[in-house]
Amino acid sequence: MSELSEAEVRDEVRTWLKANWDPNLPLLEWRNKLADSGWGMPHWPREWYGRGLPPGLVRVVEEEFAAVGAVGVLRGGIGRLAAATLLEHGTEFQKRKFLRRIITAEDTWCQLFSEPGSGSDLAGATTRADFDGTNWIINGQKVWTTSAHHAKYGTLLARTDWDAPKHEGLSYFIIDLKQPGVEVKPLRQMNGHASFNQVFFTDAKVPPEYLVSRVGNGWQVAVTTLAHERRFADGLAAPTRRGPRTGRIYDEERAELATVMEPYKWYPQRAGRVDLVIERARETGANQDPRVRQEIAKLMTLAKAAEWTSRRARAAQRRGRPQGPEGSLGKLAASHVARSAARVHTLITGTAAMLTGEDSPRNGVIAEILVSVPAVSIAGGTDEIQRNIIAERVLELPKEPRFDTGPFRNVRRN
Amino acid sequence: MSGAQESTTHPAQRIQYAFTEEQEQFRAALRRFLDDKSPPSEVRRLMETEPGYDPAVWRQMSQELALPAIHLPHQYGGSGFGMVELGIVMEELGRALLCAPYFSTAVMAANAILNAGSEQQKAALLPDIASGEHLATLAVAELGGDWDPHAIQLRATPAGDGFLLDGVKSYVLDGHVSDLLIVAARTAEAADGLGLFVLPADTRGLTRRLLKSMDATRKIARIDFKGAQAQLLGSVGAGANALARTLDQAAIALANEMVGGAQKLLDSAVNYAKMRVQFGRPIGSFQAIKHKLADMLLDVELARSTAYYAAQAAAVEDPEWPALACMAKAAASEAYLRTAIDCIQIHGGIGFTWDNDTHLWFKRAKSSEVFLGMPDYHRELLMQRWRV
Ligand SMILES: Cc1cc2nc3c(=O)[nH]c(=O)nc-3n(C[C@H](O)[C@H](O)[C@H](O)COP(=O)(O)OP(=O)(O)OC[C@H]3O[C@@H](n4cnc5c(N)ncnc54)[C@H](O)[C@@H]3O)c2cc1C
Repeated sequence: MSELSEAEVRDEVRTWLKANWDPNLPLLEWRNKLADSGWGMPHWPREWYGRGLPPGLVRVVEEEFAAVGAVGVLRGGIGRLAAATLLEHGTEFQKRKFLRRIITAEDTWCQLFSEPGSGSDLAGATTRADFDGTNWIINGQKVWTTSAHHAKYGTLLARTDWDAPKHEGLSYFIIDLKQPGVEVKPLRQMNGHASFNQVFFTDAKVPPEYLVSRVGNGWQVAVTTLAHERRFADGLAAPTRRGPRTGRIYDEERAELATVMEPYKWYPQRAGRVDLVIERARETGANQDPRVRQEIAKLMTLAKAAEWTSRRARAAQRRGRPQGPEGSLGKLAASHVARSAARVHTLITGTAAMLTGEDSPRNGVIAEILVSVPAVSIAGGTDEIQRNIIAERVLELPKEPRFDTGPFRNVRRN
Repeated sequence: MSGAQESTTHPAQRIQYAFTEEQEQFRAALRRFLDDKSPPSEVRRLMETEPGYDPAVWRQMSQELALPAIHLPHQYGGSGFGMVELGIVMEELGRALLCAPYFSTAVMAANAILNAGSEQQKAALLPDIASGEHLATLAVAELGGDWDPHAIQLRATPAGDGFLLDGVKSYVLDGHVSDLLIVAARTAEAADGLGLFVLPADTRGLTRRLLKSMDATRKIARIDFKGAQAQLLGSVGAGANALARTLDQAAIALANEMVGGAQKLLDSAVNYAKMRVQFGRPIGSFQAIKHKLADMLLDVELARSTAYYAAQAAAVEDPEWPALACMAKAAASEAYLRTAIDCIQIHGGIGFTWDNDTHLWFKRAKSSEVFLGMPDYHRELLMQRWRV
């Protein structure tokens, strides 16, 4: 397959949209077209609902979709991470069974990695999987699991060997959450929402064909998922959609957003809502205060710099260059942006930052920013873990001494 | 992309987030040249001399690499490239801490002439700058060290077919060795109150004194004018805009230079952290050091993004570019200084010695932080330009 140029891709997607995009289609029918044509996930391989485009050109496709107001695949959500992982490590059976329904959003997913005893140190998982001759039997507990309350499937990291060293005794499974052995209890967050959950397994069953990769190779598979998660965290928003949003498909999409995407409705606030800062400064008169002006300028500089850094990473990828350090910084940069934004919103809002809900400016949005931002530097790998990764993988600094070698059974844990 | 399409797109859409192969090759060649000509031993030798540069290296830079010509149009003996290529040069010079009158001559003076000069003046003055024959500089700040053009007091009064300059300029880069001076002065003749004037440095009625600069790699002079004869660049009334444009271009160039220096410091800190052993392990295995280095990397990369983006925006004449020049200057100067401070910290006691090279870049970071205006000045300007 030869390299397509940006202009050729643009041309192709435009032509296809012209022939196929119809805002009056049912959402599911449209998403099936996306799966068949490969335009929903253009960087996926051709044999699996994609078009084999270099990841750097995905943006071009997104821009063309936005230009005509076309709906794409579900943008957020864990399904994408699961899919990226299955594309790399999954069996034929698994790809056939799961990938298409991730594109169409008929199935939603969650990520069952963190446990009460192991978050940053995911490889310390103690949820167990034992084979009974027919099925894997799962016992244990996961926590902070976003979307588990509506997800059909989860990607599960569980221990299958207690005598092997920590990272070698794990296996990676797909688990059907709609079964008696699984209990999901929503967890209320400090911002009042409950988008994550506790998940309890009591003799839950996983058929052997749901094991991803080999027994004992779970850590390698999880690393793939995490690498994709970091990459998605570069803070680049989708291009803004143009055109009037009328038609059946938009109604169905709104319904989807209200249910499947409900857990994520505070995510823009947790990113800091930099877009509101200047408006807010004008409406409060804080834009007259030289001290606030300085802080706004610093924040806007940081936000722009973070965006341009992500774009540099994508442009290098598009040119087929080896990834530079800029490709690993997105998540840490996004944390800084969010935290600075919360500070500047407070500075602008003044004493009214004491209020919440409808008593707070912008009907609670400002308050929601202030109580949501602390999640950014924790979810998906803390800032400290990001710094470890940057220091060890990008700057190639020596690793720290370890205290968790030998059989996992003997490793100190919570 | 077809020409027709290009004319309808907004300039910002032509901004490139990656350098072209040619630009990368140019950078690599330049880096080889500078590794050879400007090792720290040479920087140390030249910074102790009064001229502060090596004429032989300057000749090679000019004649073999055509560096002072890079962004000048062909008709004036230039190579016809733009802000992006100039940014690459500045970044590499900043990395190598090259001691040479490049920023003064090629960036500040040449751009001032390009922005303000009449066709005839450009044709007369620029070819000698492009070829490296003439050194030149731009004098803006005065004894108060203010970079806001409103603060300019030096007076230009009409006399014969020219003007007489009276007043004092300071912080003039390479003012002691320049052949040609461009001077920003106040004149009642112009509606905007400002003009850019040109005069040879040996004109009667001006005296130059080399100041002792903390950053010895960057020479600065004070120049006293007592009725020195000068010519107005361009036409009356265009001075303020030309000066603003020149200063914005200089800010972008300096931002790119600072990014080059900051990266050099980061590299040096990382190397030292891998090598230095304490408590039986490399200090780079301690998390306090690791995290500091990761933060430094982020800081430098974010600053790099603003410097590169501003250069790209200026190259395509995106109307946003003057605001972005302020952004880049403020961001890069803070990142540079922070990186310098942390680099010393990671070196420990040796980092505070004269023999260790870190202080050379630290001092450049310090002088660059204040030259053309402090970060808060540029941030305020950014807010004004965004009409906040
Ligand atoms: C909003 C939200 C959504 C989430 N969604 C999911 C989900 O869908 N699925 C899922 O599996 N998990 C999810 N998580 C969990 C998240 O990944 C973990 O909370 C996170 O990785 C941190 O783990 P922990 O909470 O156990 O904290 P710990 O790992 O105990 O960390 C506590 C503190 O110690 C620091 N620390 C730990 N190890 C090191 C080290 N080696 N070096 C330096 N400092 C260290 C941490 O940085 C942190 O500051 C979510 C979390 C949040 C907040």
